[in-house]
Amino acid sequence: MKELSLHILDIAQNSIAAGAKHVDLTVEEGEGLLRITVADDGRGMSPEFLASVTDPFTTTRTTRKVGLGLPLLRLAAEQTGGGLRVESRLGVGTTVTAAFRADHIDCPPLGDTASTVSLLAQGLPEGMELTYTRRTPRGEFRFDTAEIRAVLGPDVPLSEPEVAEWMRGYVAEGEEGLA
Amino acid sequence: MKSLEELRAIREKMQKQIDIRENSADDIRVVVGMATCGIAAGARPVLTAFLEEVAKRELKNVTVTQTGCIGVCRLEPIAEVYVPGEEKVTYVKLTPEKVPRIVAEHLVNHNPVTEYTIGAAE
Repeated sequence: MKELSLHILDIAQNSIAAGAKHVDLTVEEGEGLLRITVADDGRGMSPEFLASVTDPFTTTRTTRKVGLGLPLLRLAAEQTGGGLRVESRLGVGTTVTAAFRADHIDCPPLGDTASTVSLLAQGLPEGMELTYTRRTPRGEFRFDTAEIRAVLGPDVPLSEPEVAEWMRGYVAEGEEGLA
Repeated sequence: MKSLEELRAIREKMQKQIDIRENSADDIRVVVGMATCGIAAGARPVLTAFLEEVAKRELKNVTVTQTGCIGVCRLEPIAEVYVPGEEKVTYVKLTPEKVPRIVAEHLVNHNPVTEYTIGAAE
């Protein structure tokens, strides 16, 4: 993964697969740190599964016996002197937090967060909402699919290509000047 | 500047087209694999390219959706195209540059781009 925003896209798929009603993405920057949080209210994990969740040979996928999403994110974070924390409770949800030392030479660029957020919103299952918060010393930007749906009404879904395009531009412009 | 006004305009335009769409039985589906393997191989710009092309050409009978791992990770990015009454076509090793041709030749003109398919790659 060449960008941190690709990790966000990947990890958030786990929240969708966990049947979450909400997933909250947060990217915070400041004081030399970059912190990414993916928090959901999905089915959560048992303590046994949680204990081995960053092991590549632990996965919920059915096509292969390896799952590289969280292990790759942990590696990326640890390479910068940061780390990964996964908190989860069965029936409550899961929160993944990855911290990076932003000034470390091995810290990947954040990349195209607007594509990540708009594509996640485009592919959301029915009845699921997503928020994205970007916080830097210069300010904050917030995106909430519930607000977008309120404007679109019941007949026009987030999956419409034109809506996806609009969301991408909206997030990109909202984040402009924050970096 | 992207405003909510612009979003309202999209809604109004779409609502006018909904009646037409509900009557059409020829809905085409494009499914892009967005698991770790796909994302790492470059599925994000491929999915974006499909959405851009479909929006640009205003193809009302095409839906673009996402799925997990399709199972042939070494050939990612992968997209499957389902045209009613026709056999499913699996495109492999996609790039954003290949997408406009698939949209034009397959989704619009119903001629699959054979050289990009899994059959040509294997």
